[in-house]
Amino acid sequence: MPEAENVSIAIVGSGGAGALTAGNLLLEAASMAGWHGLLTRTVGPQIRGGEAAALVRLASRPVECLADRFDLLIGIDWLNANRFGAEIEVGPNSLVITDPSSGDLPLLVSRAGARVVEVPIKEVAKTIHEGRPNMVALGLATSLLGLSEDLLSTVIGKRLAEKGQTAIDASRAGLKAGIAAAAGLDLGMHLAAPKPCAAQRWFVSGNETTGLGAIRGGIRFAAAYPITPASEILEWLAPNLPKVGGVLFQAEDELAAINMIIGASFGGTPAMTATSGPGLALMIEALGLATAAEIPIVVVDVMRAGPSTGIPTKSEQADLNIAVYGLHGDAPHLVLGSQSIADCLFTTQWAVHLAEALQAPAIVLSDQFIGQAVAVIDRPADIAFIGQRAAALPQAGVYKRYAISAGGVSPMAIPGMRGGQYTADGLTHNELGTPTSSENDHRAQLDKRRAKLEQFAYGDHWATIEGDGELAVVTWGSLTGAAREAIEQVHGDGLNVRLIAPRLLFPIQSERFTAALDGIKRILVVEQSHSGQFHRYLRAHYDLPEDVRVLSRPGPLPIRPSEIRQAIMQWRS
Amino acid sequence: MSTSIPAIFNLADLLAIAYQIEADAVERYTLLADQMETHNNPELMKVFRDLARAEGIHAEEIRRLAGDIDLTGRANPLRSGWPGGESPEEVDLGAAHYLMTPWHALQLSLAGEKRALAFFTSIADTAKDAKVKEMAAEFVEEEAEHVNLVYRLLRKYPKPADSWSRDGDPPSAQG
Amino acid sequence: MSSVETRTACKPGDYKSDIKPIWCPGCGDYHVLLSFTRAFAQLGLVPEETVVVSGIGCSSRIPAYTSCYGFHGVHGRSLALATGLKVSRPDLTVVVASGDGDGYSIGGNHFLHACRRNIDMTYVVMDNRVYGMTKGQPSPTTEPDFDTALSPGGTGLSPFHPLVIALAAGANFVARAFSGEPNGTASILAEAIRHPGFSFVEVLSPCVTFRPDEREWKNLMHPAPVAATGDPGKAARRIMTDDGFNIGILYRGSRRPFQAKMGATRVDPAELEKDFAL
Repeated sequence: MPEAENVSIAIVGSGGAGALTAGNLLLEAASMAGWHGLLTRTVGPQIRGGEAAALVRLASRPVECLADRFDLLIGIDWLNANRFGAEIEVGPNSLVITDPSSGDLPLLVSRAGARVVEVPIKEVAKTIHEGRPNMVALGLATSLLGLSEDLLSTVIGKRLAEKGQTAIDASRAGLKAGIAAAAGLDLGMHLAAPKPCAAQRWFVSGNETTGLGAIRGGIRFAAAYPITPASEILEWLAPNLPKVGGVLFQAEDELAAINMIIGASFGGTPAMTATSGPGLALMIEALGLATAAEIPIVVVDVMRAGPSTGIPTKSEQADLNIAVYGLHGDAPHLVLGSQSIADCLFTTQWAVHLAEALQAPAIVLSDQFIGQAVAVIDRPADIAFIGQRAAALPQAGVYKRYAISAGGVSPMAIPGMRGGQYTADGLTHNELGTPTSSENDHRAQLDKRRAKLEQFAYGDHWATIEGDGELAVVTWGSLTGAAREAIEQVHGDGLNVRLIAPRLLFPIQSERFTAALDGIKRILVVEQSHSGQFHRYLRAHYDLPEDVRVLSRPGPLPIRPSEIRQAIMQWRS
Repeated sequence: MSTSIPAIFNLADLLAIAYQIEADAVERYTLLADQMETHNNPELMKVFRDLARAEGIHAEEIRRLAGDIDLTGRANPLRSGWPGGESPEEVDLGAAHYLMTPWHALQLSLAGEKRALAFFTSIADTAKDAKVKEMAAEFVEEEAEHVNLVYRLLRKYPKPADSWSRDGDPPSAQG
Repeated sequence: MSSVETRTACKPGDYKSDIKPIWCPGCGDYHVLLSFTRAFAQLGLVPEETVVVSGIGCSSRIPAYTSCYGFHGVHGRSLALATGLKVSRPDLTVVVASGDGDGYSIGGNHFLHACRRNIDMTYVVMDNRVYGMTKGQPSPTTEPDFDTALSPGGTGLSPFHPLVIALAAGANFVARAFSGEPNGTASILAEAIRHPGFSFVEVLSPCVTFRPDEREWKNLMHPAPVAATGDPGKAARRIMTDDGFNIGILYRGSRRPFQAKMGATRVDPAELEKDFAL
């Protein structure tokens, strides 16, 4: 039997069964054993007691998306489990463990022809004082994956510490019982031992790396209104900003949040907020103010399925339009897209640097998938990008806040600086900041704000460009990982494909994109939106080859590497 | 407005108060002149600049009389004792209008001068200190001259017709 | 309130910029500008350490007419701008200027929360009971029978009681002033700025263009018959039963102002990754 470098496990349960906790503990323990991996969750709409599934992928190298199929599916119960039908695929080689007391198997199992084994999970849990079925399920998984009980025991002790010793003991007992119940069961896979890892690794979510990237970039003030799936950014920043001399401030709504960060930035403190689509929509007016008054701010949009309230717990890539084009008037500003959990750190930190250097708002598009997924990643390299704005120095004579100059960036006075007094304004203004309706001033300031963005040297970070071939997959955001995996798969079949994924979505880098297309005859655009926003964006701003195909669909289901692979293979010629 | 006056016990205070009254008047008339300039009423701009200049001359005279006395510092605490809280010669900015005529401006000035005259008269009448009494009496004479001057100027400008504020254009929305 | 630097005493003129206001002659806001400069002079504020923040409307034009730092933001959000600024820069003196539309209509929500938070700043609303800049629509403080183009015959709606709302929401200092008494208003503003926490001053400021009837106001104003109280319930009752023209400081509270927690420690950001390290 060939060694498998990947294994995928799903744990399903409802009504407080604790499936998600089990998944988390499993991944963390596996990571301590040297595995890389990724965990996402899928849940019903209830706040408590709903159906939930932990979806885990373990691999011997870093992975950025889930696999197509689950090798092991443990059902603590199957209540409403068909909700997950499209996301949890099992096949004839998969092992499904079901509790006989759960009754009929759900369609997602019965249609698949998988191997089904019965283990009385709930009964076993009942034999333990304060025992919980999710720990029994965890024990089953532990044994089948060849993980050590000690490792799981350690992780349980660490993560359940706040629940008290009784809970820890009961959990460990449940774990042990689950391991025992797995005796005689066989996953049917020979798992490769994880390679010893020299690099330091992190166990972290995209929302957390976003927060860390912001702080590293220099953010010291955040104001925000909670919204799914961005709230974890705020939850991480709340205790961590004060440690570095900053503060997180909860606002009464998104209109307040965006204006608060503009006020703080005007006062000289790099500032940010985090939200999702509905919140970004509310912030649009103030983003225009920050653009016109040339005040740096960072707004992270963790995209979710839209439009309107949409599906708050599911990912999509359909806020590109509003991020790039949503401001009224001509208001060019920075837009970036984070490409993975690790990349959330880089892209957010870079965004702070760019916003401060260019005195402009930067919208960072992340999404629910990378925001809330937890992964084991190699520690990202330190990068030197720190936000630093051109500060005005005390000078003789009248201070021109919006002085026209070669690079377009005018030094910014901060309250406290004598002689630097000016009134920041959304009204069209002259070099002094005084409101005007003159066509020369209006044009001059529009030119200035465009020039400063266009003339900046962004370097190679503007996009991820990998590989060679005649076909390029062009994508962005969290689909970069799925595209990369698909390309690796077809490479194994002898086909070379290039990957092009812009990280800097605005300002447009036409020349560089053209250079990236050198030798490319056909492109496959891959995106998660109903109307093909990214495809239209590419057509609007870039020169594309004649042969373009588009693989686009809206959320809630992620686009899998196998789908991209299939699209590539169908287009071989 | 109440009729109480700030307690003026010594000459320095009197000079400070008198200076403040003139300085406030300069400020007001300058403000009005600027308003008329911004609102395209050049005739009134000139009237108010002239009035500001005249008050400025009075202010300078008082400053020279005062010598080293810190006029601003002394006046601040005394301000709170103004009758009705406002300077007697205060020009009511609320009575301005972008189409106002010289007659209107002079009426405003007249009211202010009369109030200043009454103010210094009551100080002259009630002061215990001889120097204060003497100086106050001089200010009374000054103010009386100003009142007379304004009356003479008013001879040149008849009261305007009732249609003086009619504007051919509707207001313009700005935001 | 920022600390007072020892410089040669600032005169009110030092706080005025060179920019000539575009308010209609006769507008109450000219007097309010005088009051601002006089109050700033009285307090000896340092112009570069003082920020005037505003929204949109005639009264919101005021920042550029002062020689301090200013922010002319978007409609209704001046308090949010000011909050972010003051929390991150507690060393600055922050004065917020607004009007009855900007402050009570679109800005209503932020008004409630600013009072509640009690951050140290001063909120000055120039109330002329009309939307002047957009040509005369009713505002939340317009009388129900006031005829306008958008509401012929009047709105029929009861006007707001902004002073009472401020009290209920937790403002620490509440006063009513009249633009026609610039020295009196200046004193009230100076006290408001000095008073810790969120100070709210409603300045009745006539609009001569769209509310010529407000020229009558100078005959209707009178000092509040009784000194300010520290009891918000008492203050609320007094305001709800007055004729709307009581001038003076009406409430002086003793709530502790909001304490921002900026700058407590300076851990190296590299330490923060220990949260994630395996």
